[in-house]
Amino acid sequence: MSNSSPGQSGAGDSGEQSWPEYLTGAESRGAAAAAAEGSVPPEGRAAPHRVIGTPAPAAARTLLADAGDAGDSGEKPVREMPAGPPDPIRAKKAERIVVACFLLAMLAGFGFLVAYGTIGVGTITKTLHSNLALGATLSLVFLLLGIGAVIWVRHLMPEVELTEQRHPMRSTPQEREAFKGTFEEGAETSQFVKRPMVRRSLIAATLPLAVAPIFLLRDLGPLPGTSLDTTAWRKGLRLLVYGTGRPITPAEFSSPGAIVSVGPEGFLNDDDAMAKAAVIIIKFRPGQLQFTSANHAVANKVVENWTVNDIVAYSKICTHVGCPAALYEQTTHHILCPCHQSTFDATQGARVIFGPATRPLPQLPIGVDSEGFLIATSDFHEPVGPSFWERS
Amino acid sequence: MSVDRALEGTGAWLDDRLHGARGVRVLLRKVFPDHWSFLLGEIVLYSFIILLLTGTFLTLWFQPSMTDIIYHGSYVPLRGVRMSEAYASTLHISFDVRGGLLIRQIHHWAADLFMAGIFAHMLRVFFTGAYRKPREINWLIGITLLTLGLLEGLFGYSLPDDLLSGAGLRILEGVIQSIPIVGTYLAFFLFGGPFPGTQIVPRLYILHVLVIPALILALVSAHLFLMFHQKHTQMPGKGRTNENVVGAPMYPYFMAKTGAFFFFVFAVLTLAATFTQINPIWLYGPFNPVAMSAGSQPDFYMGMLEGALRVMPAWQWVPWGHTFAFNVFIPALVPLGLVFTLAAIWPFLEQWVTGDKREHHVNDRPRNAPTRTALGIGVITFYGILWAEGANDIIADQLNVPLYWITWAARVGIFVGPVIAYIITKRICLGLQHKDNHLIEHGVETGIIRQLPGGEFIEETRPVDADSLAVLMSRTNYPPLPSGETAETDVPSRSMRGGLGRVRERLYNVVTESSALPEPNGHAIGDGNGHAIGDGNGHAVEGNGHGHTAISSGATSSQADSDEGDGH
Repeated sequence: MSNSSPGQSGAGDSGEQSWPEYLTGAESRGAAAAAAEGSVPPEGRAAPHRVIGTPAPAAARTLLADAGDAGDSGEKPVREMPAGPPDPIRAKKAERIVVACFLLAMLAGFGFLVAYGTIGVGTITKTLHSNLALGATLSLVFLLLGIGAVIWVRHLMPEVELTEQRHPMRSTPQEREAFKGTFEEGAETSQFVKRPMVRRSLIAATLPLAVAPIFLLRDLGPLPGTSLDTTAWRKGLRLLVYGTGRPITPAEFSSPGAIVSVGPEGFLNDDDAMAKAAVIIIKFRPGQLQFTSANHAVANKVVENWTVNDIVAYSKICTHVGCPAALYEQTTHHILCPCHQSTFDATQGARVIFGPATRPLPQLPIGVDSEGFLIATSDFHEPVGPSFWERS
Repeated sequence: MSVDRALEGTGAWLDDRLHGARGVRVLLRKVFPDHWSFLLGEIVLYSFIILLLTGTFLTLWFQPSMTDIIYHGSYVPLRGVRMSEAYASTLHISFDVRGGLLIRQIHHWAADLFMAGIFAHMLRVFFTGAYRKPREINWLIGITLLTLGLLEGLFGYSLPDDLLSGAGLRILEGVIQSIPIVGTYLAFFLFGGPFPGTQIVPRLYILHVLVIPALILALVSAHLFLMFHQKHTQMPGKGRTNENVVGAPMYPYFMAKTGAFFFFVFAVLTLAATFTQINPIWLYGPFNPVAMSAGSQPDFYMGMLEGALRVMPAWQWVPWGHTFAFNVFIPALVPLGLVFTLAAIWPFLEQWVTGDKREHHVNDRPRNAPTRTALGIGVITFYGILWAEGANDIIADQLNVPLYWITWAARVGIFVGPVIAYIITKRICLGLQHKDNHLIEHGVETGIIRQLPGGEFIEETRPVDADSLAVLMSRTNYPPLPSGETAETDVPSRSMRGGLGRVRERLYNVVTESSALPEPNGHAIGDGNGHAIGDGNGHAVEGNGHGHTAISSGATSSQADSDEGDGH
C-alpha cells in the first residue's frame, strides 16, 4: 500500500510509539518529510508544503492531537501560509465578483423581506405567489452567498497544502501503565473491590430501578383482550354508504359490477370502529358468485346465505397489514389492495390469488330489514384485518 | 489593525477565562484533506441543521392533536370537512402562515436529502474502506444514525395525519401486530388502544421533535468529535501516508469552503421547495380508515421495507391457535436487518479474516478491494431490487408490464441479482487493476510510433507522472495469515487449526484477492501472489515519495515529462 511510507519528521522520531514493523518499513523514516520539502507544488504555484511540528509523546494524547507541541508553544509562530494570492490582477477581478455576489445577496435578502410584507397568503393563488417570491429570493440569497464564498476561497485565498503528522491512536505502554495504575488506585481507595457486600448491595439496589421504566410504560394502552376478534357490526345494523351516510336497498344497488364502501349505522364517524368495520359491497350478475350453501366460511366459496340478490359484503380491511383494499377491477372481479397488491377474487369468497396476504377478506353476513334496507345479520364470523399472535 | 484590537479585546477576555490560545490555535491550523466525496457527510450535517431550523419553525403552529374538528380555513376545497387538529394545523401552516408552505417543503426536502446523504456517505465510507481501524466506532455510530434517521423520517411524515401518512401508520400497526407473542400488546401500547385511536400523533410528535433529534444530535456530535480526534482519512496520492494528513488548514480554508457548502445545500433545498411540490397533504385529504388511493408510495428511504412487504409470498403458520405471520414480520425484519447487521459486523469480520490490525488512514480505491467492492455492489443490488419492488405498481403502470411479473422478477432477483452483481463487479475491479498494472509497468501510451533501427515499429510510452503513480500504486497488501505455510515451523498456529481456521484461510484468499503490483516501468515483482509483495510495494511508494528516482529506473529520458505532471 502506498501509505506504508511513514512521514515522521526527523526530530519527532525518537520518543515515538513504535509502529508495527510491516507498517513502517524500517529504514524509510524521514522519507516523507524529505519528499515534502522537495516536492513540486501543484500547478507550479508558490504554495508552501510543510510539515507542522511533531508533538512530544505526551502531547499526542491530548484531545486535539497536536496541542502542546514543545516547538510551538510560547514562540512566535512561523508563517506557513502565504499572505496574498499569487496573481494580484486576477485577485482584483475575483474580489469584484465576490463583492458583487454578496451585494446581490443582500438585495435578494431585502427582496425576501419585501415579498413577505407585500404578498399575503390565505388563498391558493396567493399562497402559490408568496411561495414563489419568498422561495426565489431566499434561494438567490443562499446561492449568491455560496458562489461568492467559493470564488473567494478559490481565487482570493492562495492555494495551500499543509501536512500534519498522525500518530497511532494507541497510547504508549507507559501511558497505559499509568492509566492502569491510576484506575486501580481509585478502585482500591474506593473500597469497591475490597468490600463485595457494598458492591453487590448497590447492584441489587439498582435492579428494580432498571425495570421500573417498563412498569411505568404499562399504562400506555389497554391490553388487547379479545377486542381484535370483533367489530362494530351486529345483527340488524344498517349498511350506510360511506360518505353520504345513507342506507341502501338492493333495488338501488342493482347494476352488476357496482361497488360501494359502507359502514355500520352509528359508527361512520368513529375512526376506531371503521378501522375494523369498513366493508365493501359488490353487486354481481346471477351465477357469477361461486356459492356454498354452508352457514360458515368455506374456502374459495361465497356463503350464499350471507348475500342478498347477488350482493356480497366483504371486509375492506386487507388481511395483510390492514390497508383498505380499495381497488376493484370489474372485468376480473379482483379486489386489489393498493398498498402491497394483495389480490382477492370477489367471486370466490375473496380468495387470495396474488400478493402477500394469507387469508381471504372475511365475508359479512347481510340481509334486508323490514323497510327493505341492507342490514348486517351478524358480526363477522372471524377477526378482520391483519394477522396477530392471538388469532387462531 | 482591527484584527489586532479584536484579539486584544475579546480574545484576551476569553483567554483570561478559558485558556484557549494554544488549543484553539491548533484547532485553527488543523489540516483537512480535500476530496469531493468528503462533502457527502457535510450534506447530511447541513441537512440536519436545516431540519432543526425549519422544524422549530413548524412547531410554532403545528398542533399534535387527533381531536376531530371541522375545517374552516383558507383551503376552500376542504372547508366543512371533518379532520384532526394535526391535519388542520398543517393546512394552516401551508395556506395561512406566510412562508409556511416554503418552510414545510424545505423541511420535507431536507429530510429526503438527509437520508440520501447518509446513504451516499455510508457507501463512500464503505467502498473506500474508511471504516477500517481505527474508525470502526464511527462506522457503528453511523449505522445507528441511519436507523434513527429512518424512524425520524417515518414519524415525521406521519404527523400531518393525512390519508397517505395514515396508511403508513396502519402498515406500521399491522407490522407490529405480526410480531410473535408480544406484537398485539406492543401495537396496543404504541397506539394507546386499537388503531388509530387518538394517541399516536402526540406520541410520535414528542419522539419526532425531541427524543430522536436529541439522540441524533448527540451521536452526530460524537461522530464529528471522533472524526476530528482521529483526523479525517485521505485519498491516496503523492506524499500521503498512513502517518500524515495532507490538506488545507481548517482556518481559513475549510471554514470558508464548508460555509459556502452550507449555503449551497440550503440553496438547493430552497430551490426544490420553491419550484417542486412535495407531500401536498391537501390533495391527499385527511386520514380516514376506509379510503386509500392507488399508487400510494412512502418516502424513498422506506421504499426498501415497502418492497420487502410486497415481494413476500403469502406464508403463515398457525400452530396451536396462534399465528406466525411470516408474510409480514419476515419482510419487515429480515432484509433490512440483514443489510444492517452485515454492515455492522463487516469491519470486524474483515479484520478477523485478513488479520489486518493496522490503522488505515489512506483510503482504498474501490477497485483495489475487489471483494469488498463486489460485496457492496451485491448488497446495493439486493437493496435496490427491493426498493424498486416497493414501486412495483408504478413501474407496472409506467412500463405497461403486468404487475405480477415485476413481483416475480423481484422474488427471483433478490437471490440471483446480488450474485451476478458480485461476480461482475469483481471482474471489473480486477480488470481495472490490470489496467493500472499496465500503466505502472509500461507507462502511458503516447500515440507516437517509432521505428527501431532494426526496422521494428514500437509505440512509445511515457512513464506515469509521480502523482498518478502514487494513486495507481496505492494497493493494500495484507500481511499473510499466521498459517503453517508461511510460519517458520510447519505447524499451523493454534488460531489457524480446526474448522474455524480453515474457514478463515479460505475467506482470507477471497477477501484479499487482488492482483499483484508490478514494479514501475518494468520488472514485475512477486510471484503473482497478492500478499507476497509487501516489501517491494513499500519501497516503490517510498521511492515515489523521495522524488522520482524509483520510476526513473527505465526511463530517465522521460523524466522531464513526468515532472510536469501533465500525464492524463
